Amino acid sequence: MNFKKQLKEGLITQNPVLVQLLGMCSVLAISTSVSNGLGMGISVLIILTCSNVAISALKKFIPSEVRIACYIVVIAGFVTCVDLLLQAFLPSIAKSLGVFIPLIVVNCIILGRAEGFSSKNSVAASAVDGICQGIGYTLVLLVLCTFRELLGSGTLLGIQVMPASYTPALMVVLPVGGFLSLGLLIAVMQYFLNKSKEKNSKKEAEQA
Amino acid sequence: MSLTNLLAISLGAILTNNFIFSQFLGICPFLGVSKKTDTAIGMGLAVTFVMGLASAFTFFVNKLLVALGLEYMQTVAFILVIASLVQFVEMFMKKAMPTLYTALGVYLPLITTNCAVLGVALLNVQSNYNFIESVVYGITGGLGFLLAIFLFAAVRESLEFAETPKCFEGFPIALITAGLLALGFMGFSGMVVWQ
Repeated sequence: MNFKKQLKEGLITQNPVLVQLLGMCSVLAISTSVSNGLGMGISVLIILTCSNVAISALKKFIPSEVRIACYIVVIAGFVTCVDLLLQAFLPSIAKSLGVFIPLIVVNCIILGRAEGFSSKNSVAASAVDGICQGIGYTLVLLVLCTFRELLGSGTLLGIQVMPASYTPALMVVLPVGGFLSLGLLIAVMQYFLNKSKEKNSKKEAEQA
Repeated sequence: MSLTNLLAISLGAILTNNFIFSQFLGICPFLGVSKKTDTAIGMGLAVTFVMGLASAFTFFVNKLLVALGLEYMQTVAFILVIASLVQFVEMFMKKAMPTLYTALGVYLPLITTNCAVLGVALLNVQSNYNFIESVVYGITGGLGFLLAIFLFAAVRESLEFAETPKCFEGFPIALITAGLLALGFMGFSGMVVWQ
């Protein structure tokens, strides 16, 4: 088990949102304010870790023909728990995330990790994978939220940050801004990934 | 419930509150199967069909859950109903409508994890729609999805021949295109006035 390698994969090389392009719906929809992003990111982190552990522990008992249905039931169970907890203790966040909390069930990140990682690896490794991928998702969400909230409403976590003379660019918090800013973010990511790839291949060429 | 009410729901679902461009439901298939217009239309039709069916079934499932006092099982029950529904539709179509099955075949299983389908079921419950309203909302929501994915695929087809900066190749430019389309759909929000 290699924690550092898994963390690097979750954050950069196999980042669920920017590289694997999974779970776009929730990223685009709720990244309008940082508090939303934190709520969603942490919910996904918890659900992903729990379902990874459960599925990895149950992998011997789940027949492979109906495995997807089994995974979905396990995930839906955890999503319901988180949904009810949020409604009980953080009702304002539960309200602003709305339908997107129950929709974590069909978030492809969780099903993707269940199918691609935890059904083949040990419980401990799956737990680490859940945490790393969850952190990767949360970080991207926070970057996007910060960008959109700062430009779109001039605030951060609801506190006025931009000078009063700044006119908020409403477009950034509207759906249009979501598509455009995520597009730009992925473009930046591809730019740096390409650059580091070029560097590596140059190094190899020099060594050879 | 009146006809104008249904018309308002339909127009809302297709244009002003388009599932893709203003509610962000079903983005994964929207980005995933929009490289060619004919596959996009296939996916759109399959989604419309399943969304209509799912709205009808989950309406009754929800009534049952409420009657039993099990509302908190909503998410689990809905996703199970949708998954089995998709499975049955697939088996039924294979036997009864083989031509349609081969046309839609590949996309049907994918629909289970399309958040537009679960989304429409949950939104129906949230907005307290009755049976007819639910079904109309499901079908027109699907049509809105079809319109969005068709427009997007048409743009992407011609985008293939355009030169884009290297770091924008693939998904970034697709997202920017979607953003511009969303900007166009935003224009429809003015129609809320006479709803």
